[in-house]
Amino acid sequence: MTSSNVIELKNVHYRYDRDYVLTNINLTVPKGAFLGIVGPNGSGKSTMLKIILGLLKPRQGTVILFGEPQAKFRDRERIGYVSQKANAFNTGFPATVYEVVASGLTKKAGLFKMIGRKRKPQIEKAIKAVGMEDFMNRNIGELSGGQQQRVFIARAIVSEPDVLILDEPTVGVDSKNVQTFYDMLERLNKQLSITLLLVTHDIGTITSKVTHVACLNNSIHFHGSTKDFEQVKDNELSQFYGHEVHRLHHDHGHHHHTEEGTSL
Amino acid sequence: MIQAIFQYQFLQNAFLTGLIIGVIAPLLGAFIVVRRLSLIADALSHVTLSGIAASLFLSKSFAAFNGLNPLWLGMGFSVTGSLFIERLRSVYKHYQELAIPIILSGGIGVGVIFISLADGFNTDLFSYLFGSVSAVSRSDLWLILGIAVTVISIVILLYKELFLLSFDEEFGKASGLSTRILHLVFMVMVALVIAASMRIVGILLVSSLMTLPVAAAMRIARGFKQTIFFSILFGELAVIVGLFSAFYLDLAPGGTIVISSILLLLFAIGLKNWQSVRN
Ligand SMILES: Nc1ncnc2c1ncn2[C@@H]1O[C@H](COP(=O)(O)OP(=O)(O)OP(=O)(O)O)[C@@H](O)[C@H]1O
Ligand SMILES: [Mg+2]
Repeated sequence: MTSSNVIELKNVHYRYDRDYVLTNINLTVPKGAFLGIVGPNGSGKSTMLKIILGLLKPRQGTVILFGEPQAKFRDRERIGYVSQKANAFNTGFPATVYEVVASGLTKKAGLFKMIGRKRKPQIEKAIKAVGMEDFMNRNIGELSGGQQQRVFIARAIVSEPDVLILDEPTVGVDSKNVQTFYDMLERLNKQLSITLLLVTHDIGTITSKVTHVACLNNSIHFHGSTKDFEQVKDNELSQFYGHEVHRLHHDHGHHHHTEEGTSL
Repeated sequence: MIQAIFQYQFLQNAFLTGLIIGVIAPLLGAFIVVRRLSLIADALSHVTLSGIAASLFLSKSFAAFNGLNPLWLGMGFSVTGSLFIERLRSVYKHYQELAIPIILSGGIGVGVIFISLADGFNTDLFSYLFGSVSAVSRSDLWLILGIAVTVISIVILLYKELFLLSFDEEFGKASGLSTRILHLVFMVMVALVIAASMRIVGILLVSSLMTLPVAAAMRIARGFKQTIFFSILFGELAVIVGLFSAFYLDLAPGGTIVISSILLLLFAIGLKNWQSVRN
């Protein structure tokens, strides 16, 4: 069973306690897509990602990953994940940047096997990709929030996943590094053809990067290509958010900052 | 003592057992501390006490239980206790720490009942509470060695999984780790190590041998592997110094080992401060 869709959600419903936070979610993510997911606080974005990752089981509906139903899917290392609360960890944890990034290989290395010297180049490559090579042997708790976030991104990409799922990964990252971060995502997407799912509140910036957009507010309000999304009127979007929304309409590729210093 | 060790078997037993628990208690302790489960170790040690008390009572009252090594029942109780804690933690999802006082007081309660049934304190019980240099038997040593081999092998084989479970459980789950099973394996290992360590450091002070060397190691180590290494180093130092002073000063080793660990901890804190002043 081959499918060009990496992720498919069919008629998915979910509730934690009483009220449904996701109803009738249908979402398809084609291979190689860069999907931006937007929606107000509490709209169920993180919940939907957790369902895709198998951290939560849908009350109704099906999740299909790489053409296989969720329950049968075993190749978890094909999906990288940076959670919204990634840097809410125990900051006193005595682990080095290298150790944290290496832990992203846990599944790939296999049960009872060690992550040995053979994997070192691979780990260092991921650390370099996020520009943290000067901090390799620092304890993770001794880094700034934005630097920690970059380490978690390195952990997510070290296993060379086919899909990368990012839940508001740029919170706490300064604007220069946000720009270089988005540039890095674009590079991963275009050059390594990694499929990306990105939750963000930064609608303006992402429309210049993403290929597809999904607007979520307990159910899917819009799901389609970025081009179609740009036809959606600002006032419709404002209605969806419940407050005024203005997007910067800029040409693709026009808005890049000049890169200086660390590059992601 | 060196000479005496060659002379007396009981001293050999105590010394070898000490060296073994000086490795396994801080080894698991490193995971316990970073997972903030130190109090659970405390609760489990009190459950172990009730097992020991039960065993002492049974062997006193019934001839059939006469030769029974109390370690077995202690082990059984603490493993059962660890499973109970997990059950309670899932019942009180939002108040997980409630499981600790429930299990801890339950352990003491049952322990006290068996102690009074067995007509109160005796030297045997005293040695379980505070440790002993003279009470470790050959069969204790073998049992503890068995526990150590099991625990060390599991930690080596599952190191990367245990690391991920401790550092970021959600990420572990997302990458397909069976965190529930892993956590259960971990809790059972903690229960076993507590039962093993109790012979030397005593029930009341077991958790300190699991946490104090780690607290010292975290002051100076870089990364988790180094933390484990220094924890074991400090654990061994504390046990050796503690056993020697217990022997020469005729004190319970639990006390001397814990005081040595605290001195090491102060040393590590001082070292770190001195380093940062110098730079
Ligand atoms: N563990 C939980 N238990 C109960 N309810 C929850 C839980 N997590 C989230 N919810 C509820 O589910 C709804 C969706 O939450 P979710 O975290 O998916 O929103 P989100 O779109 O990611 O919001 P944000 O933009 O703030 O990150 C919210 O109403 C929230 O209160
Ligand atoms: Mg969220």
